[in-house]
Amino acid sequence: MTLAPNATSPISHIVTTSVDKNQPGRSAWKAVATPYLAVSRPLSITLSVLVWVAVIGGWFALTYSGAVKEMFLPRPESVLSTTIRMALDGSLWEHVLASVQVVLIGFVISSIAAVPLGLTMGTYRIVQAALDPLVNFIRYLPVTSFVPLFILWIGIGIEQRVAVIIFGIFFQQLVMIADSARSVQRDLVNAAYTLGTKRSDTVFHIVFPATLPNVLDVLRVTMGWAWTYLVVAELVAARSGLGYISLKAMRGFQVDVIFMAIAMIGILGLCTDQLFRGIRRLVAPWAN
Amino acid sequence: MDALTLATKPKSADIGVDNVVLRYGTGDNAVLALDGISFHVAPNEFCVIVGPSGCGKSSLLYLIAGLEERTGGTIAVGGKPVTEPGPDRGMVFQAYTLFPWLTVAQNVEYGPKRKSMPAAERRAIVEHFLHEVGLAKFANHYPSQLSGGMKQRVAIARALANDPQVLLMDEPFGALDSQTRHSMQKLLLRIWDHSKKTVLFVTHDIDEAILLADRVLAMSGRPGQIKKEIRVGLPRPRSMDLVMEPNFIAMKREILELLKNDEDDER
Repeated sequence: MTLAPNATSPISHIVTTSVDKNQPGRSAWKAVATPYLAVSRPLSITLSVLVWVAVIGGWFALTYSGAVKEMFLPRPESVLSTTIRMALDGSLWEHVLASVQVVLIGFVISSIAAVPLGLTMGTYRIVQAALDPLVNFIRYLPVTSFVPLFILWIGIGIEQRVAVIIFGIFFQQLVMIADSARSVQRDLVNAAYTLGTKRSDTVFHIVFPATLPNVLDVLRVTMGWAWTYLVVAELVAARSGLGYISLKAMRGFQVDVIFMAIAMIGILGLCTDQLFRGIRRLVAPWAN
Repeated sequence: MDALTLATKPKSADIGVDNVVLRYGTGDNAVLALDGISFHVAPNEFCVIVGPSGCGKSSLLYLIAGLEERTGGTIAVGGKPVTEPGPDRGMVFQAYTLFPWLTVAQNVEYGPKRKSMPAAERRAIVEHFLHEVGLAKFANHYPSQLSGGMKQRVAIARALANDPQVLLMDEPFGALDSQTRHSMQKLLLRIWDHSKKTVLFVTHDIDEAILLADRVLAMSGRPGQIKKEIRVGLPRPRSMDLVMEPNFIAMKREILELLKNDEDDER
């Protein structure tokens, strides 16, 4: 038994000849101007570094030229020295840890509830009919306006901040996960039936694995939102955390501390983002 | 090698379709998709339904699989009335329906696993059917790494590994180019010869219908009705050269004539 006559080899042959290395002048400009065409790895790294350099360079230019007063925009090196100082005396880690803790607890509780419920909602029309109107109402409610209510109901402890995060992301997760469950190809489910899958097993055996890459993407995106709601929660009622030190710094016009807090959140966000991409590659290798 | 003999042991049933009606919608918007369809497929028979697109031939197959609900009439497979989908009726779909999160081998293993078959037995069955469709080397590939023809070969192996009593095929080669299509037809005939399953195959390709079938049911649309039954007496094994033979052409002309009238009616 060999390959089907139309299998990959003749096609890959055509692809290799179409990229003609003897005509670099013609292809270089054309390549970058072609929609969706991949660029080389060195080029993409160079570009991303260049943009960072431009942004930080612009920051230097704005502060050193005196165009913007230091009171409004600190110099890059003063943000860096503040970061180093707070890292060395340990206060930075204390606040980072406090924030990470709140985000993680809120995110995990929300996700553990939203994934199974969302999959059920997207699979069973009766669950969707029951929950859809309510969920779509709640998810348009502004989270910020619930912060005073949460303080009234659950006080100003960590539970309150966790509640803000859960309220902020749970309903969004639910809707997006239900959407991806709903878009599972119907014939995939039909095929499973003809192979002996019970109706009650469909969510676990078919819908869950079929939507896994999407679900992980939803989790990755909502993790970013969790960081936003964390700051909202910490600005109002907290005694530690990156949002809290931003607020405290604002009172003393320590703009460099605010910048540091923002940068830390950005870096932490970038790390969790990469972590989720790694998890996706690991548990859903077929979807790459 | 007990598993192998078990897997290759012929086990097939007849299909009885009696006065089946399928209507979509109600009142003035109601569409009669199938109108009084009756036919019988004998055990081990290779029966092909040929008809224009939209004539309801796929719907008929979905009704037999139990994936759609009929409006009226009875369907029985192996004497047992069809009420819901079940592993006794394997199906190969027109769309690619391999589970993308499972490897080729795991896809083929899916049905036996649902039956809680022991792992050693499952492995033997997977090996046997992957060899049968010529994809033993691709056992650990994911479906996304396969060509369209290879995907449908795995789909056939997956359906057969579950040892169904009948195999329902809904234009399984419809999306393939003509060379791949021919090699798939040859492969299917060889596998059918080994397994001797009852096959009900749906297509709009008249050449394909005659080449594969013991018997062709020509179907017209709106509402779907079976217009004619043609017994293909051509000897087996069959080769592609048959398409030049006078009696092949005579049968083709007969079916073309039927389907052409149907098209004229639509205008």
